[in-house]
Order: sequence, then C-alpha cells, then structure tokens
Amino acid sequence: MTRYVVRRVLQSIPLLLIISFILFNFTNALGDPMAVYAESRNRPSARDREIIMRRLGLDRPILEQYLIWLIGNDWMPPIDVLGDGSRLEQGTRRGVLRGDLGISFVTRRPSWTRIEERLPWTLVLMIPSYVLTVGLAIAIGIFSAVRQYSFWDNVITSLSFFFYSMPIFFIALLTIYIFAVQFRRWGLEPIKWGGTGDGTLGSLLQHMVLPVFCLVAIQLAGYVRFIRSSMLEVLNQDYIRTARAKGLAESQVVRRHAFKNAALPLVTLIGLDLPFLLAGAVVTERIFAWPGMGRLFIESFERADVPVMMAILMVLSVAVVVFQLLTDIVYTWLDPRIRYS
Amino acid sequence: MTTQTDSLQGKPAERVLSLDPKQNVKGVSNFARSMRRLRKHRMAIFGILLLLFVILYVVIGSLAIPESASIYNDPRRALQPPSAEHPFGTDVIGRDILARTIYGGQVSLFIGVTAMLVQILVGTAVGLIAGYLGGIVDFLLMRLAEAMLSIPQLFLALIALRIFSDPTQFPDFTFMGRRFSSTMIVIVFVIGLTSWMRVSRIVRSVVLSVREQEYVTAAHSIGAHSWRIILRHVLPNCTAPIIVSATLGVASAILLEAYLGFLGLGVRAPTPTWGNIMGEANSYLDSWFYWFFPALFIMLTVMGINFLGDGLRDAFDPRSLK
Repeated sequence: MTRYVVRRVLQSIPLLLIISFILFNFTNALGDPMAVYAESRNRPSARDREIIMRRLGLDRPILEQYLIWLIGNDWMPPIDVLGDGSRLEQGTRRGVLRGDLGISFVTRRPSWTRIEERLPWTLVLMIPSYVLTVGLAIAIGIFSAVRQYSFWDNVITSLSFFFYSMPIFFIALLTIYIFAVQFRRWGLEPIKWGGTGDGTLGSLLQHMVLPVFCLVAIQLAGYVRFIRSSMLEVLNQDYIRTARAKGLAESQVVRRHAFKNAALPLVTLIGLDLPFLLAGAVVTERIFAWPGMGRLFIESFERADVPVMMAILMVLSVAVVVFQLLTDIVYTWLDPRIRYS
Repeated sequence: MTTQTDSLQGKPAERVLSLDPKQNVKGVSNFARSMRRLRKHRMAIFGILLLLFVILYVVIGSLAIPESASIYNDPRRALQPPSAEHPFGTDVIGRDILARTIYGGQVSLFIGVTAMLVQILVGTAVGLIAGYLGGIVDFLLMRLAEAMLSIPQLFLALIALRIFSDPTQFPDFTFMGRRFSSTMIVIVFVIGLTSWMRVSRIVRSVVLSVREQEYVTAAHSIGAHSWRIILRHVLPNCTAPIIVSATLGVASAILLEAYLGFLGLGVRAPTPTWGNIMGEANSYLDSWFYWFFPALFIMLTVMGINFLGDGLRDAFDPRSLK
C-alpha cells in the first residue's frame, strides 16, 4: 500500500508539470497584462511601462517566464531594470515550488491572499449544497430503486431528467423571479438575494436560500439517477436474494446489504467531484452576486491577471490530483476485494 | 438463423430459396436490432419528438419570419411584454424575441452539432492512436487528456476563446446573405477541442480490448497494414459508444455555449444565439419573457437529446437482449 501511494505521488508530479506548463502558456497568451495599468488613474509613461515589464519578467521568453514562475528569480542574476545596466535589482520571487504563487497584477498583493478572501465564501455556499445534494440523492435514489417502475419511481425519474437538462441560469432566474419579484407583488415577504447580506448570520442564511436551492436542484438530478441505477444493479445480485431467503427484514436488506455495496461507486463519484467544488459555481455566483472563487476567476480573466488565474488553476489541479489519490485509498479501505501492491 | 448456418456451410442461396422462400431472411445486424430496441424505447421517442419540434421551430420559423425581423430594432418599443404582434415580446432595444430565438436557435444548434463533430473526430483519433500504438505515445496522450480533465471545461474554454477570438484577426463574414460573427466558428473549435477527452478514453479502452482479439492477430498475419486494421476491424467496435457520446456531446456543447453566452463571453454580436440572448437578458429580470423563451428552448433541446442519448445507450447495451 505504501509503495502504491508513493508511486502514485511520483506519477502525479509530471502530470502537474504538464498541466502547469500548458496553462502557463495559455494564460500568458491572454493579452497585454499592462492594459490594467493603462486604465489606472496614474497611467505609467512608456518608460515606466518598460521598467514594470522588466521587473515582472514579462520581457523574457515564455520558457524563462515559466521557469521563474516555477522556481523563482531570487537566485538568478539581478534584473537590469533600466535596460542600460545602470540599475540592477535582485529578483524577489521564490516560485510556486517554494510556495510563492506570485503577486496579482491588479491588486499588487499576493495571489494567495486573493484566494484566501474568496475561498471561504465559495465553501459556505458549496459545502451545504453538496451535503444536501448527496444526502437527498441517497434517500430519493434508494426510495426510487426499491419501487422500480412504480408510479413514484416514474415521477422521480422524469423529474430528474427534467432538472438534469435544466441550465442553472434558467432555474436561478425563475426562482428569483418567483420568490423575490412576484412575492413582493403578491404582498408576501420576498426572499432576499444578491450578495452575502449585512454580516449577520441570519442575513447570510437568508441570502443562501436561493443559491443553495438552485445548486441542489441541478446537482441532485444526476446523483439520483446514479444512485438509482447502482442500487438496481446491486438489488439483482445473488447475495440480496440470499439475504431475503434467510428471512431478513426488507429494510435490513436494503440498508445493510444493498446500499453498502451500491455506495462504492458513489465514493468514486464524490471523490472526483469534490475538488471541483473549490472552483465554485461561476454562473450561480454571477447571478447571485456571490463573492466566490468563480467570480474571482472571471474577474481575473477579464483583466488578464495572469498570476491570480494561474494560482486558482493550480490550486484546483493539485486538489484534483490529491482527491483522486485519496479516493483510491478510501476505496481499498471500503472494498476488501481490491488490494494494490 | 437456419439460413445463416446453411449459407455458412456453403450451400448455394438459391437452393435454400427453392425450399422455403420465407427462410431467406437476411440475418439481422446488431445495429438493426439496436434500432428496433430504440423504437420501442418510450423516452427515446419522446426525446426525438422534442428535438423534431425544436428543429421545425427554427426551420419553419425562419421561412415564416425574415431574418430582418431579428435585426430590426426600435428603442421606442423596448421590453414590451408578449402581444399579438410580438408573441414573445421585445428585447431591450426593441427587437422581436420570437425572431431572435429562431435565428439564434439555428446558430446554437449549428454550434452544438459541429462542436460535437470536432469532439468526436479528435477524441476518436486520439483514442485509436493511443490505444493502438501504446507505449510513449499512449502515455503522453493520456496524460494530456488527464491534465485537461482536471480543469473545469468552462475555464479552459474561456481562456481559449479569448486567445482565438481577436476581432481584428477574425472579421465578420457573410454567408447566404446573412452576416455572422466569426466567433461563432471559433467557439465550435474551442468547445470541440476542450471536450474530446472522455471520448478518447472510451475509444482507447475499446481498442485495448479489441487489439488482443484473434481476428486482429489474423489480420496482422495476412499482412494487413496497421491503418487498415484500425479502420476495418477496430473502429467498427467503437461505433456504439461513439454514437452515444456524440448524442450527449451535442447537449453539452449547446449548454457550454449557453453558459459562455450567459457570461457575455461567447458568440459576439451581430450573431444571436440562445446563450447570448440570455446574457443580454440577465440584467432585465423583471421582463421575464426576455430570458424565459431562450432558456426554455435550451432546456427543451438538451432534454430531448438526453432522452435520446439514454435510449441509445439502452438500445446498444448488449445486456438488454430483446
């Protein structure tokens, strides 16, 4: 097992290098990052622009920039800031490998602090909706599977197809329209939305109602279908017939014998989906003006803030790789039939 | 079945025919059997009907309403709710939303289908090459697929779209008397090239299992060229999973286009799509008709495709013997 984990960790290193190299090339081709400065009130002169470019290393070839991003430039020969050799400055970047994700072009603060500000908001939204989604999906999926082809099973299957095909913005706009706009017209108390409230817990919870509802409604459909089909597969197995034959109560059969086995593929699905919660929900955050990671990515994207984009993307990729490994380890622990050597 | 075994034993077909004409039924291919199963799949038929409705809407609609109606604007009649004259109302600069959902729908469906073709072509090619050649090529291609799968597709598409949609490099073009934004073509490739990974994995896994089959060894031994083996013996085994992913691929391409359009970063004016109409309507929440109709069509299309795709998956599943 230890050897397996070590091998997997070693394998993920080239993978992360490939990912980072592709992304670095892509994000750096996005456009002129200096355009941000051109918008600002004290616009730098052409000469200052050149100095800033040299300080940031933007005048170097892309491979060298990647190297600086990766391992920093504090050990490299000093930068010739003015271009004529009269003023040399030692680079201060330490590189991603030493925990330095770079300075945001826009806020001039470390990219990591940008993420630190936004990540909690994303988690506040994503964790409750994900827990609700999985919990409800297990309940509904089992309910539906043990009553295969019954009236309620058909209703649930049709509804899950319906919500599975619904774009998130449609349900978001519909719920806002009904629960905020129309409620006011009908003289009811409208549900508050937009932003995160005035800082009190009650207000935050109220602002979370609609986005959480939308996220759950959209994600639930796929999970219900998944759990229903994996339950159906298990319920046809011989050991379920054996359990019934030896006189176990149906609830025992479903909970102890069927669900435990049906939950194994669910573990994989959750493990693969969890890291993407960190990315936030771009469209949902946009509609509900939620200051999460998705919004941060779009904001950085629109202003070509390469260091912040790279930071977000790398945090995500590392999370994906780590969660894949964790999933595999949890899987061996849950399923004694699988042993890695 | 008797016909098949008889002809296998080398008996001339005429003799069988003379014995009993009814027996000369051709053996039913797997594909035909799957299609028969599909016709009995109620959800799939419902999906096909939904799709037919959407296709008829954008085709017949464009015959009944000229394109100029989707461009003509009049700020004096901005954001009017549905009326006899404008059944779906008007948008923020007074264009007819009915006409815009028709012409936008054509573009959205076009993007969905062509992006799917790009996705399937690239995914199949990568899967065949990786699976058949193996070794370092396989390793590199699969690491690339893995790398691309670990980034949300929306993020990748946004970045690629920005790089390749510089309006100075790609000006608007005119086709059949209508002006289109070239971002429409760019987005097809962006969506296709960011979604081939799953297809390539499926195809690769089929190739790996087929490669060890005896008929492939036999083909090798009579000196068949690698490409011939890939195209004649390996590829046909992949058709069922490819058809299923292709169907579902159209839905995800339409959805991705809609999300990009919604964020205001998709296809640019003057070309309407369901997605970028949504993007314009986003700020006019009170005018429900503005966002409701394009979103409804996106949903109907995606739902129809999902029903059909699910039916196809069941129909091609060899375990469902009927």
